[in-house]
Amino acid sequence: MSDRVLAPFGRRAARVIAREQHGAYVVLRCADPVGPRPRAGQFYMLATATRWGGGEAERPFLPRAFSVLRAPVGTRELHFLIEDVGPGTKRLAEARPDDALMIVGPLGNGFSAPDPGRAPLLVGGGVGIAPLAIWQDEIGCTPQPLLGFRDRERAQGATLLRDPNVATDDGSVGHHGFVTDLLRAELHEAGHTVYACGPPPMLEAVRMLCAEYETPAQLALESGMACGFGACFGCVVATRDGYIRLCTDGPVLAADRLEAVAAH
Amino acid sequence: MTVDFCGIELEHPIVNASGTFDAIAARRAFGEELTERFPFAAYVTKTVTIAPRQGNPPPRLWELGAGLINSIGLPNKGLHGFLAQDLPELAALPVPLIVNVMGFSRHELAELVGAFARRDEVAALELNVSCPNVETGLVMGADPWEVAQLLERVRPLTDKPLIVKLTPNASDVPGVARAAQDAGASALSLINTLRGMALDPETGKPWLGARTGGVSGPAVKAVALAQVHAVAQEVEIPIVGMGGVQRGHDALDLLRSGARIVAVGTESFRDPAAGLRIAAELSELLAKSRFAETLSGD
Repeated sequence: MSDRVLAPFGRRAARVIAREQHGAYVVLRCADPVGPRPRAGQFYMLATATRWGGGEAERPFLPRAFSVLRAPVGTRELHFLIEDVGPGTKRLAEARPDDALMIVGPLGNGFSAPDPGRAPLLVGGGVGIAPLAIWQDEIGCTPQPLLGFRDRERAQGATLLRDPNVATDDGSVGHHGFVTDLLRAELHEAGHTVYACGPPPMLEAVRMLCAEYETPAQLALESGMACGFGACFGCVVATRDGYIRLCTDGPVLAADRLEAVAAH
Repeated sequence: MTVDFCGIELEHPIVNASGTFDAIAARRAFGEELTERFPFAAYVTKTVTIAPRQGNPPPRLWELGAGLINSIGLPNKGLHGFLAQDLPELAALPVPLIVNVMGFSRHELAELVGAFARRDEVAALELNVSCPNVETGLVMGADPWEVAQLLERVRPLTDKPLIVKLTPNASDVPGVARAAQDAGASALSLINTLRGMALDPETGKPWLGARTGGVSGPAVKAVALAQVHAVAQEVEIPIVGMGGVQRGHDALDLLRSGARIVAVGTESFRDPAAGLRIAAELSELLAKSRFAETLSGD
């Protein structure tokens, strides 16, 4: 099976059909009647059809990249997980049912199945749990997904996955500490493939742990993008083979391709 | 709405700005639908240099309220990599191919022009002269004498149209344009990006990996109109006008300022099919406008 599904050419309108608040996060459920069902780990470029701009410093101007949270089979729906952290995400989080989003996608490559005999272990941090939800839908998941959040408000996002094992930075929910503490305990037992998405420092910690335990890992990275389809060359990340465009050669990368996950 | 551009017949007046649309990557994302509904009337490649380049360290982008600053640094496979890997795929596109080249000396540019002069797949060449000549230290496109010396060197190497892409970061753009025309340029394209900088709000230091970058998008449209207008007063050769084109109306403004055809750049980042939409909007505007009568004539 290919790790990518092609996008219809150009941007199209997708109507918001529901908006759900999960603590600090917003889930937008959109109708995409013409697009294909994406692979887990693929992403879309999103903007609102109206009032895109005019926020802080008159931004946003460019669309924003979001991994798809869920695309339930047979529904033609796309779900996205939004956290208001800047002018683009703020505007998207304001979207209401019947508002239109302008979307391009699915873009990039998705996760690929673990080698036979290896159990998929999902590790997410904050809003980065999004692609793990659709991946869990697809593969089912024997071990508990490990999810880290800053605080109780954000930890409400954990309900978006089945049977999560939660860590919080402030100890308000679950393990008091980092999700990588939970990961280290799991890696004592061999035989996993790790799938991780989250903030760069977390992904770097996951990368180092997986290298230490000689465990294969697929990391869904993030990088500022202008276009999402290889046009701007803005989203490069450094790999052992030089810079690659995360939008076309990622966003999912095998961890051993990286010397380190960069801070930006 | 066909347009004659340096003897190349274009289906409509909208092309892409160099470095803002990678047709090979776009085909990976959109498949055959890209070639079936190709958004531009000609395809201009990203800049090709003699040696491969990795490009600038990230971060490479900074969003503005009406555009962005980029410091990409011309990553490309180099001349031999381009000829072997990219040219065959680009030659299969359904539109004429314009190859953009840059050298760090007149000698390098001559080598690039010579290499493409023999390739039938290439309809025209665009010379990126926005970099310093390592031999003189002068930005080739910022100085009339430099650009004239360059054209005198490369003009005899090919019969193909040579488009000189002018930098707006120069004190006398019309003077450079006149020098290029007098030394044999077939056309001019402008504007390239304007030099700009952004500071990291947390550290107060330059955000971009290369410290400065090029500003593009609607923020620069007024500059583009003024420079295209000024250059059109100075030269008779056709102009590829670009800078901040988001809608058909912006394209019409550039045509009315003196451009023969119009390039779309940053808007393709927001809307991959922007070229198609803008061409359709422009066609509608021209149908309503008597300006259409003057468009196709030389």
